[in-house]
Amino acid sequence: MADFRLKEGYDIPLVGEPADSVSAAPRPATVALKPGEFRGVKVRLLVDEGDVVKAGSPLACVKSREQQVFTAPMAGTVKAVVRGARRALMEIVIKPDEASDAVSFRQHDAVAIRGLARDVVLEQLLQSGLFNVFQQRPFGNVADPAVTPRSIFVSAFDTAPLAADTALIVQGNEAAFQAGLDVASQLASGKVHLSVDGRRFDLPKAFSEAKNVELHRFSGPHPAGCVGVQIHHVDPIKHRRDVVWTTTVQGLILIGRLFLEGRYVPDITIALSGSAVTAPKHYRTVVGANIASITNGNVEHGELRYISGDVLTGTTSTPDGHLNMKPSTLTVIPEATESEFLGWALPGFGRLSKYRTYPSAVLGGKKFAPDTKLNGGHRAFVATGYYEQVLPMDIYPMYLLKSILAQDFDEMEGLGILEVTEEEFALCEYACPSKVNVQQIIRDGLDLVEYDG
Amino acid sequence: MRPDFEKGGKFEKLYPLFEAKESFTFVTRDRTKNGAHIRDALDTKRMMSTVIVALIPCMLFGIYNVGYQHFRAYGFADPALMQCVIKGAWHVMPIIIVSYGVGGIWELIFAVARKHELNEGFLVTGLLVPLTLPPTTPLWMVAVGVSFGVVIGKEVFGGTGMNVFNPALTARAFIFFAYPAAISGDKCWRVVENTTFGAVGGTIVDGFSGATPLLVASTTDTMAVAERLAEFGQATGYADFSWTQSFVGLIPGSIGETSALCCLIGAAILLITGVGSARIMIGVMIGAVCMASLLNAISISAPTSMMAIPVKQHLVYGGFMFGLVYMATDPVSAAQTAIGKWIYGFLVGFLAILIRTINPAYPEGMMLAILFMNAFAPLIDYFVIAAHMKKRMRRSKESQAYA
Repeated sequence: MADFRLKEGYDIPLVGEPADSVSAAPRPATVALKPGEFRGVKVRLLVDEGDVVKAGSPLACVKSREQQVFTAPMAGTVKAVVRGARRALMEIVIKPDEASDAVSFRQHDAVAIRGLARDVVLEQLLQSGLFNVFQQRPFGNVADPAVTPRSIFVSAFDTAPLAADTALIVQGNEAAFQAGLDVASQLASGKVHLSVDGRRFDLPKAFSEAKNVELHRFSGPHPAGCVGVQIHHVDPIKHRRDVVWTTTVQGLILIGRLFLEGRYVPDITIALSGSAVTAPKHYRTVVGANIASITNGNVEHGELRYISGDVLTGTTSTPDGHLNMKPSTLTVIPEATESEFLGWALPGFGRLSKYRTYPSAVLGGKKFAPDTKLNGGHRAFVATGYYEQVLPMDIYPMYLLKSILAQDFDEMEGLGILEVTEEEFALCEYACPSKVNVQQIIRDGLDLVEYDG
Repeated sequence: MRPDFEKGGKFEKLYPLFEAKESFTFVTRDRTKNGAHIRDALDTKRMMSTVIVALIPCMLFGIYNVGYQHFRAYGFADPALMQCVIKGAWHVMPIIIVSYGVGGIWELIFAVARKHELNEGFLVTGLLVPLTLPPTTPLWMVAVGVSFGVVIGKEVFGGTGMNVFNPALTARAFIFFAYPAAISGDKCWRVVENTTFGAVGGTIVDGFSGATPLLVASTTDTMAVAERLAEFGQATGYADFSWTQSFVGLIPGSIGETSALCCLIGAAILLITGVGSARIMIGVMIGAVCMASLLNAISISAPTSMMAIPVKQHLVYGGFMFGLVYMATDPVSAAQTAIGKWIYGFLVGFLAILIRTINPAYPEGMMLAILFMNAFAPLIDYFVIAAHMKKRMRRSKESQAYA
C-alpha cells in the first residue's frame, strides 16, 4: 500500500457537519432521473408522461449509443418530463407506486462474479443503467462503453466540506461493495485503485481489507479525497487516449446489489448537512429522491439554498427538486440577504476566511456558517499564490487558467488540463480574492480541448 | 438607485463608479451563481487594504522624519514630537492627496472607457508613490509622475494584473529621469524652507548639507567610506549616519523609505497575513548580502570607493528595505512561480547593490534593479513553465510510444 501525504489544501471549518447517525427518510413522493448530470452525451427520451415503468426500465438513452440507457430508480408512473433551455432534458419525474415492480437481471453469487466475462458484466451494467455511475477521464464525461479504460479509480473518502461519511455508506453494504469492486475489476485492462483516508484510524474493513484492488492511503486536507488528485499522484493521465474511469463507493454498492440480487436496488445513504439544517445527519433514501422528502421539517426558516452535492461543487436545486445520482451529500445553507456595512474594513472576527487578514483565521478553532455572498467583486487575476496553496498537484493553476482563456491548446495540454476536472479546482475558486469563476474556466478549457483540440 | 447604473439606465456609463461605491460600502451584495456556493471573505480590497495597513508605519514615521530633519537642519538637537509631525504633515499630506486624486481620476476614466470595475490596486500605488519621493517634490511633478505611472505603467498594458512594471516605481522612475534636478543631489532630501506653517525661525546650521548617506559615501575621495560616514555632520550635529540611527530611520531620504525598522514592521504584517511573498523578500536579502560581501572583499584595495560600504549599512541605507518589502513583492510585476520568485528576488538584491555602488551617476540602485527585474520576471517564469511543460510532454510521448 502506497502512502501519500499531501500538504496543500484546506478543510473549510463549517457549521452543520452531519452526525454519525443514520435515519430512514420517508418514502419520496416522487423520484427523478436527471440526464443533465451525465456530461458529454446527448440524451434521447424513451418514455412519455403517463407511461408505467418498473425499477430498472429504460427512460432515456444516449443518442449515439442506444445500448447505453438511463433507467428508473423506482417503479411507478412517469409524472412529468421537464425540459430546460433549448429543450434540454432536465428531469424525468416518476411517481412511485406501491407495487414496486422491478426488471429482473441475472443474479450471481459473490464468487461467481469474479469469474464473469467482461462482455457479460458490461451488458448487465448497460441494461440496468448503472453503467452510468462510471465517469471517464480525461474530460470528466460519463463513461463510454466502447472504451476499455487503463484503470479504474475509486476514492473511499470524501474530504469535501460537510460531506457524507463513506464509512456509514458502506456500513451494512460490505458484501455489495466488494461485489461492486469485483465487477469493476472486469472492466479495466489494468487495476482498480481504491484510495482510503490516511488520517483515519478506524477504517471500515470493507475498505482496508478490500480484495481485488490496489489500495492507497492519502492523508491531507481537502481535496485529498478528490479522485482526480489521487489519480495524479498514483498514475497520472498522460495523453488524451490514456483513459481512466472513476466511480464512487455508493456507485459500487449499487452495482454490487444489482449483481448479487438480480435487480436494481436504488437504496443509498446520503448526508443532509449545512448550517440551515436543524439536525444534520445521514439518511437512507433512494437514487433521485425528492429533496423535500428529506428536508421537510428539518431545515430552518428563511431564504435557503438547496445544493445537491457539497458547497464547493454541488448544483443548486429548488426545495422541491431531486437528488443527483453521483453526490452523497445534500447541503442546505442560508442565501445571502444582507451585507455588512463597510464589511471589508472591519476587523471581521465573525467572517470565514482562510487568510490571516481576518482575525478569525488567526484565532482559529471556530466554525462558521457562511451564506452565499460572493464576498467581493469580480476582478482581474492577481498572482497571489493562493491557488497553489490549495491544489496538491504538480500543476501551475494560474498558468493553466490563463492558457485556457487564451485558447492555447499546446499550453493547456502541457500544463496538465487532461489531468483535471472542475472538482479539483473548486477550492481555488473558493479562495480566489478576485472572485474568478475558476471551475467554469476549467470546464470551458476541457470542452475546448475535447471538441477542438 | 441601482437600475440607473445598470444596462439601459441613465448613468450606465458610470457603472464602475457605482460598483466601487457599492463594493466600498457593502463589499457587494452579489450572490454566488454557479460553481462554489460559498466564497472566502478575502477579496482584493481586503488584500490591498492590508498592504496599506502595512505602509502606515512607514508613512507616519516619514511624516515625523520630514519634520525632524527640518528642525535638525536649523540646529534643534531634540525637536518636539508634535512639532515635527505638524511640519512633516504640512509637506507630506499634499503630496499624498495629489497622488490619490490624480491617480484616482485616471483609474476612473479607464474603468469607464473599458467598462470594467474600478480596481483597488490603485489604493496601494497611490500611497507608494508619495513615499518614494523626496519631501520637496513639487506637487505638479507628483501629478505628472502619477499620471505616467498609472497610464503608461499600467493602463496601456490592459490595467491591473496585466502590467509589466510596478506602476508606483514607473512613476518614480519617470520623475527621476524627467526632472533629475528635483529628485537627486543634496538639495531635495530635507525640507529647509522655513516660511510656511510650522516655522520656528532660526537659521540653517553652518556647513549644512542635505546629503543622504549614500550620496556622502559616493562623494568621498580622501577618507575611507566608513570613517567618512561616521564623521559626516557630527561636528555641527545635524546628521548622524550610524547604523542604529539609519535603522530607526532618522536620516534624510525619500519620505517613507528611511526607516528600516518601519519597513520590517510592514514586512511582518505582510508575511503574517500571507499577502506578501516571503520567497521574494528573503531572496532579495540574500542577493544583496552576497553582492555587498563580494564588493567588500574587492574594496580592500580601494577603501574610498562605495564598494567599501559595510554590508549591514547597505541594508539600512536608501530605499533598499522599502523596495524589498513593498515594491519587489508586488504580485503582478514580480515573478509568479515559486522557483521564479527565488531567482527574481535574488537578482533584485544582487543588482540593487551592484547598481548602487558601481553606477557613477546616481548612488542608489533599488528602483532600477526592481524595474529591470520586472522586465525579466516574465522570462524567468517562461523558463520555469517551459521546463514544467517539457516534463509533461515527454511523459506523454514516452507513454504513447509504449502503448
